[in-house]
Amino acid sequence: MNVVTNNKWIGQRTIRPDGMDKVTGRAQFAADTTMPGMIWGKILRSPHPHARIRSIDTSKAEKLPGVKAVVTSKDIVDFPIEKGAVMLGIQDMRWMCRNVMARDKALFPGHPVAAVAATTEAIAAEACNLIEVDYEVLPWAIEIEDALKPDAPILHEFNKWEGKPSNIVGRLEHKKGDIEQGFKQADIVIERTFTTRPVHQGYIEPHACLISVAPDGKTTIWSSSQGQFMVRAMTAHLTGIPQSDIRAIPAEIGGGFGGKTIVYLEPVATLLAKKSGRPVKMVMTREEVMRATGPTSGSKSTVKIGATKDGKIVAAHGTFYLQAGAFPGSPIRGAAGCSFTPYDIPNLLSEGYDVCSNRSKVAAYRAPGAPIGAYAVECVLDEVAEALKMDPLDFRAKNAAKEGTKAAHGPVFPRIGYLETVEAAKASPHYAAPLGDGNGKLRGRGVASGFWFNAGGESSAQVNITEDGNVVVTTGHPDIGGSRAGIANICAELLGIDYRRVSVIIGDTQTVGFSNLTGGSRVLFASSMVVTQSTEKIIQTLRERAAKIWNIDPEAVKWENGAAHPVSPNAGQFEPLTLEELADKAPAMGGPIGAGVQLNTQGADGGFGTHVCDVEVDVDLGIARVIRYTAVQDVGRAIHPGYVEGQLQGGVAQGIGWALNEEYIYTKEGKVDNPGFLDYRMPVCSDLPMIDCIMVEIPNPKHPQGVKGVGEVPLVPVMAAVANAIYNALGKRFYALPMSPPKVLEKLDEPIRQAAE
Amino acid sequence: MTELRYLAPETLDEAVGAFAKAGSAARILAGGTDLLVQMRSGILKPGVIVDIKKIPEMTAIEETADGGFRIGAAVSGMALAEHGKFGKVWPGVLEAVNLIGSKQVQGRASAGGNLCNGSPAGDSVPAMVAAGAIVTIQGPDGRREMKVEDVPAGPGRTHLKPGEILVSFKLPPRPPASSDAYLRMIPRTEMDIAVVGCGVSLTMKDGTVTSARVGLGAVAPTVLLVEDAAKALIGSKLDDAALAKAAAACSAACRPIDDKRGTIAYRTKVAGVLLKRTATIAAQRATQKN
Ligand SMILES: Cc1cc2nc3c(=O)[nH]c(=O)nc-3n(C[C@H](O)[C@H](O)[C@H](O)COP(=O)(O)OP(=O)(O)OC[C@H]3O[C@@H](n4cnc5c(N)ncnc54)[C@H](O)[C@@H]3O)c2cc1C
Repeated sequence: MNVVTNNKWIGQRTIRPDGMDKVTGRAQFAADTTMPGMIWGKILRSPHPHARIRSIDTSKAEKLPGVKAVVTSKDIVDFPIEKGAVMLGIQDMRWMCRNVMARDKALFPGHPVAAVAATTEAIAAEACNLIEVDYEVLPWAIEIEDALKPDAPILHEFNKWEGKPSNIVGRLEHKKGDIEQGFKQADIVIERTFTTRPVHQGYIEPHACLISVAPDGKTTIWSSSQGQFMVRAMTAHLTGIPQSDIRAIPAEIGGGFGGKTIVYLEPVATLLAKKSGRPVKMVMTREEVMRATGPTSGSKSTVKIGATKDGKIVAAHGTFYLQAGAFPGSPIRGAAGCSFTPYDIPNLLSEGYDVCSNRSKVAAYRAPGAPIGAYAVECVLDEVAEALKMDPLDFRAKNAAKEGTKAAHGPVFPRIGYLETVEAAKASPHYAAPLGDGNGKLRGRGVASGFWFNAGGESSAQVNITEDGNVVVTTGHPDIGGSRAGIANICAELLGIDYRRVSVIIGDTQTVGFSNLTGGSRVLFASSMVVTQSTEKIIQTLRERAAKIWNIDPEAVKWENGAAHPVSPNAGQFEPLTLEELADKAPAMGGPIGAGVQLNTQGADGGFGTHVCDVEVDVDLGIARVIRYTAVQDVGRAIHPGYVEGQLQGGVAQGIGWALNEEYIYTKEGKVDNPGFLDYRMPVCSDLPMIDCIMVEIPNPKHPQGVKGVGEVPLVPVMAAVANAIYNALGKRFYALPMSPPKVLEKLDEPIRQAAE
Repeated sequence: MTELRYLAPETLDEAVGAFAKAGSAARILAGGTDLLVQMRSGILKPGVIVDIKKIPEMTAIEETADGGFRIGAAVSGMALAEHGKFGKVWPGVLEAVNLIGSKQVQGRASAGGNLCNGSPAGDSVPAMVAAGAIVTIQGPDGRREMKVEDVPAGPGRTHLKPGEILVSFKLPPRPPASSDAYLRMIPRTEMDIAVVGCGVSLTMKDGTVTSARVGLGAVAPTVLLVEDAAKALIGSKLDDAALAKAAAACSAACRPIDDKRGTIAYRTKVAGVLLKRTATIAAQRATQKN
């Protein structure tokens, strides 16, 4: 494996290949696609949080002029519960088939119960209203506490917990040492309970697809997702069409953040297209996105941490209850597995509980579960540090996990960069700067750290040299964070040519080999591995071709600056042969030049970050604003620093929203009351300061360029950093998110209590 | 499927005629930043749309002979901001109108639409109430005038009669040492809806308030004129006691609801906080001018 040094392109802020199209509006998103004869699909959704579906009568809808097809759960392939799990990645098809179309029960308001395709959107919507669904309305539970009550309505009667029907559908634990013994050694123990609300990924582009099913069954899907292969596989499972007949074409994606790692529309639109014989287009409204696609879990966490007087953490116990929504599968692995991982804690028990409730099924959201757990852990750490009168960063440094530390979730760490992030935060201009005068507003500073596993997994790439001596790289991952630019940098570096000569495109399922989802911060890590190996094969071919032309041994040829050269004058005196020249001679010298590599990539090291946050609180209005923010992260190697910083800044922006204003609010009837961006308050630009980034580069030794995933870590520490800063400003601690103005003001109006009682 | 007819008359008489004729199925279109949103979300399905922007009077900004202003109901926020003098005389009204939405929305949104949309949270309305604006209305029975605070009837409703169109806002001439201000509380910094909005207009003499009007938004089914708050300010030098009394009057006037945007307790308290801040800014502006 070549570790490239003295880079020309790696580390450059090159212009992203998709940039021009995006800023000029030329980029094709899923909803921009049309086809001759296209009709429109619409979904009828349950108005009830919980109801048994006695019957569905679609006859009136079918008779409405303009209606071309109606689909109900009968048309979707069933995965019977008793037959056991059928996993596709982290999704169980038993739940997926019931999520795309309710079978016996509707489990949340917005749960699809039928779908119609008609010549216009308006007719399709009218036809939906003509479908008669006989519901037996059932009692419901949305909040975790309600779902756990002994007499709670049970979503899945077959599920038993401790012998009784229950909404607890899963448990996971990570254990190390003996916490009972550990807490006995502690001089100080702090235990707190925290709650967080469900929050949505908030991608700008609603889910959309256009699907054509030809009479011979050949199916073409244009859709926006985080994985065209996932779209193909799920659609194949749920419709019964073989994967070889489904061509899933990835559109440009207008944000996903994890939320587009599952399908909602594609199987339904495929069945509508198949039944009607017409291409079917479906585009969700924002309201549908908010009601029926995955937010992440609301949560209830209890965290107890014990430390000795000299600042050593001796024991910790975390219990994390996460809302899964309608079907099992909340991200307890992230909450229980990541939250304590930055620290070397000898005695640890971290437990996660997966709780179903009458709310839309969760979907992944940036480091799923980890921000929820870290919020609780990092807030308690702040209290412990305060009680010990230690600087919160010194306290973290003292307990930092290092090379050789065994993490409770299994691995013994290789060389990791956590401590370096703490040190860099401590040494940052931000941490040294005085808070400054708030002009009547109160200011405070907080810090927090975070960890995310990162992933490797399957990737495929094909690198081809064009006839004119330029390069086309095809990979299989939708680009949601600038991966095309990163890959172009790497490929240009390896070939020693100008970056602009490398064109990177995302192939569809039938033109590039299987590539797993864009998720887990894996894309640049994994795809640069296969692109590197493909490019190395090409360089080998180029050397062989030059050797053949010069009639010398291939070993006597080196590749440098975009051309073949003899390794030394001893090897022969030849003018270099450039990539263009070798491409030109290719037909005569053995044919086209290209190579593909497919791997199940291994060696994705986890990522760590440490954040510093300053807030300013208007104590009369209860408004907290972040006025300065620095995100420090071990990024492995910043192949394209601009997009690494973009990931860090984006994660922080989302975390600030989660901390301060974002939440699902429900009506008394159990419906989402704020299904739009007016009342679901994500931050706007003017809410945020410029977010400073400090990239610590500890290269991943298992990756040719040293890459570590960077996209998810930056969301993990944010809510705790903001909460700790607000405490520092106000002297009052918040144990619930969001810290929105009414809640802040209510707290300020409470009588003063001692901080650490 | 229902047909939608779009009309863009060039005279007010034509507009009133067409609007009255089409009856309850018709809607007036000014900037459309409320109307189109409501149509797209399926709340409204009008059969006829009467666009009033082609009628010169609707988009005119005029200084009246007595030194006041007449602002066409469909004047956009951006056009009002670009007027050389208006913002100097009525900075509070202007800042309220300019708070509506974003740059893009400002190119379209009007104070007339903001008022006729009937939202208790409309930003320009408390400022217009504080300013003592009078609106001119034209309908099948001719023209009439109304105090701006009498227009809203409740969320989404106005006291305009069937077929009536809001034509313009008339703002009175300003005595020396007068100014106004508008503040709103929103959780974000922009692109948000007021949880509480407060407009204050003042005239000062030698540091004492000689006249005052206070408008309060988003704390009751309609925007309120809070006379008790004005009374507490008049005759005072805006000392802490007077401000506290006026703030208490604002809080007392609140009849808010608990909803996703704010609690009763929060809105009630914030109404008082905003009154103090808004009155202070208005007074600063009024005295700066001297
Ligand atoms: C992104 C966005 C952000 C927004 N932010 C804010 C904000 O911060 N603060 C705020 O207050 N509002 C906000 N709004 C709402 C809206 O922009 C304002 O209420 C605006 O003032 C409406 O003016 P308009 O000219 O666009 O009205 P239109 O949409 O044209 O009309 C609104 C209503 O009034 C009626 N109407 C209009 N003119 C007349 C007339 N002359 N006579 C009789 N009836 C009439 C229409 O029939 C319609 O029912 C926002 C809207 C959007 C889309």
